Amino acid sequence: MIDSVAVGGTATISRGALQALLDVLAAKDYEVFGPTARDDAIVYDRIARLADLPAGWTDRQEAGRYRLERRDDAALFGFSVGPQAWKRLLHRPVETLWTMRRTEHGVTVESRYSAAPKFAFIGVRACELHAIAIQDRVLSQGPYTDVAYTMRRQNAFIVAVNCGQAGGTCFCVSMQTGPKADSGFDLALTELLDVGSHDFLVEVGSDAGAEILKELPHRPATDDERAKAAAVVARTKNQMGRHLETQGLKELLQSNLTHLRWDDVAERCLSCGNCTMVCPTCFCTTVEDRSDLSGTSAERVRKWDSCFTLDFSYIHGGSVRKTPRSRYRQWMTHKLATWIDQFGTSGCVGCGRCITWCPVGIDITTEAAAIRANPQPPKGQQHGDS
Amino acid sequence: MSMASIDTAAPLSDPFVPQIYRVDRVSRELPDTVALELRPIAGSRPPFESGQFNMLYAFGVGEAAISMSGDRNNGAFAHTVRDVGAVSGAIAKLSPGATIGLRGPFGTGWPVKQAEGSNIVIVAGGLGLAPLRPAIYEVLANRGRYRRIVVLFGSRSPDDILYRHELEQWRQHLDVEIEVTVDHANADWHGNVGAVTALIPHAGFDPHDTIALICGPEVMMRFTVNALHDAGLPTNRIFVSMERNMKCAIGICGHCQFGPTFVCKDGPVMRFDRIAGIFAMREI
Amino acid sequence: METLEQILQQHPFFVGAPADLIRLVAGCGRNHTFHAGEYLFHEGEPADEFFLIRHGRVALEIVAPGRAPIVFETVGVGDFVGASWLIPPYRWAFDARAVELTRVTGIDAACLRGKCEADHDLGYEMMKRFLPALVKRLHATRLQILDVYGKH
Repeated sequence: MIDSVAVGGTATISRGALQALLDVLAAKDYEVFGPTARDDAIVYDRIARLADLPAGWTDRQEAGRYRLERRDDAALFGFSVGPQAWKRLLHRPVETLWTMRRTEHGVTVESRYSAAPKFAFIGVRACELHAIAIQDRVLSQGPYTDVAYTMRRQNAFIVAVNCGQAGGTCFCVSMQTGPKADSGFDLALTELLDVGSHDFLVEVGSDAGAEILKELPHRPATDDERAKAAAVVARTKNQMGRHLETQGLKELLQSNLTHLRWDDVAERCLSCGNCTMVCPTCFCTTVEDRSDLSGTSAERVRKWDSCFTLDFSYIHGGSVRKTPRSRYRQWMTHKLATWIDQFGTSGCVGCGRCITWCPVGIDITTEAAAIRANPQPPKGQQHGDS
Repeated sequence: MSMASIDTAAPLSDPFVPQIYRVDRVSRELPDTVALELRPIAGSRPPFESGQFNMLYAFGVGEAAISMSGDRNNGAFAHTVRDVGAVSGAIAKLSPGATIGLRGPFGTGWPVKQAEGSNIVIVAGGLGLAPLRPAIYEVLANRGRYRRIVVLFGSRSPDDILYRHELEQWRQHLDVEIEVTVDHANADWHGNVGAVTALIPHAGFDPHDTIALICGPEVMMRFTVNALHDAGLPTNRIFVSMERNMKCAIGICGHCQFGPTFVCKDGPVMRFDRIAGIFAMREI
Repeated sequence: METLEQILQQHPFFVGAPADLIRLVAGCGRNHTFHAGEYLFHEGEPADEFFLIRHGRVALEIVAPGRAPIVFETVGVGDFVGASWLIPPYRWAFDARAVELTRVTGIDAACLRGKCEADHDLGYEMMKRFLPALVKRLHATRLQILDVYGKH
């Protein structure tokens, strides 16, 4: 082995060394998750061998459409993002918050946070790194901390992958979230697949990443390899399937809350909530209180929720957002406008999942463009100035 | 891992877990409304600001967001609870000695300090008097710091007047103006009948140096804001208390969003000019 | 002893009114006193006067058989009582009862209607004062009937 690579430095590893990476992480008690083909999609699940990765597969994505197709090469990461985001593991769909027991001596509450799992994520895309950082801001950096999320997050080892191609609905370039992973990872890989060679340029993102790299067969990266990696990223950058104009977007949406376009999209939207399920930054949850029949034990369970459900905004015998129109408006204006007021960045990372997985193919970039093309601010407001 | 560091040496206290409290006292305010005083089983209760709320948990049933409605100097948390559903109903049926879960205090408080040196007009509608009562106590306890103090209260009928005994006591202050009105009454009632907004022209305060606190059903707050604004109050001196669906009360479940605000952490008390654009908009 | 003109000039209803308008209206006016419990008028009676309250409080109420009268509004100093004098058949739609000792200035409706017909400028001035007050009262009444403090 050579000297350890500093944070920010690069190295090259072979395809075989990737297996060593999986082995090293497993040996250190990480639960290793990565992309794998299942149910005609590429999802994140436990992986142990390189054979678990969808080698030679790619995806074709369009509004309301997702298909896997065979590639004519053996790329291990030759696809973009599938229906699931890493939030499925970090911000779990179902989570027991606490259990409570009532005896004649009193009431005891038990928070069930014990040891959090140690995750290793293989193949995290640049947009997903930003999405994780966005959820960090909401769940770990607010005035109150989601303890379970924070513990899982702290223990996670992240191996990013720079996209070798853009997906049909991708627009990370518009959102400035990719295609190159530039922070938030321990190691970042760029797949260099050529005739006769299958290597990965490795960029070290943290001390933990440097430590792991030390245990893998690796060699210093050549200038040529670095140039090839840059070319991969540049090519991907030019392939974006969508574009979202973000200049003044927040103000545009917040001053067009009564635009007729909302009625237009409401005629198409089924309020199915798919977009919120696949979106890597959507974080809304609800709680369910349960107890046993004897009334001596109770628990609270937190579950993913969607602002598209009718009950989401229920108060005083009815819902504030009764119509699908108001709920679609809520989702889109939150994602692209009020998120900025709340958390300082857009809530959208341009991954395109909401476009791909919408059963009727509603495209957030098209909706925003339609409003931009023909703004309809509401008539003079009362209390305009004071 | 590359994220903002969290101090893992100290155990992370979990804001989702309720503290256990005991019901100290229960008093019936109205046929469907009780006042509960709650004391923690261990330790003393945390301090709170007028206008803040707690999430009260009825064992096995669920949580409800209830504003604190008592005196800040009292050792027990007072809450006024109206039976309108499964959770509030279960809480309203608790007896002294019963245990109850509590998370809080959460949210923003009334600008009681900011109003010092000015006139203060407090307009309450129905149960909206409950979240305002701690502010009224504070203001009366520090009478010298305010100029005119006006409390306007609108209720459904004379039988529905909340804290009637206390309103009568407050009226005994010669230097405080308390006006009560009801939406309808029979001839036994010799007081005002009409919308609470009708009391405003008669209240006679200088709109150029007044802070207004408003709490009640949203429709009532809308009418009241308009009436105060028509009377000359600027919207950055009018404060309302908002309500939305709440699950976590700590800003991470998303339910209580109202435009760009989270009612649980940017509210419930909000300065009106900050929400003026969306307040009267439908389904926001 | 104040003259009727002085009294009208000071009433909020006529704030800023020119002196000749006050004189014209005062010509139709006279003062009344009602003791607590006395009725200014009853439902169905001819609406031949409208009242400006100078002192006291008046309850507007409706009677239904078998029930105590329901008070739906009280008006006080600075307010007016009565709008039915404006529209045919000029009959009161409800009862008006003095809640406490109440002094009012009553303006004869037929007299005022006649003067407004003869002098449209006077008529327009009266409308400009009456309508905003009526609209405000309508808005407040709507808030009342919404029963916002009731359970849902």
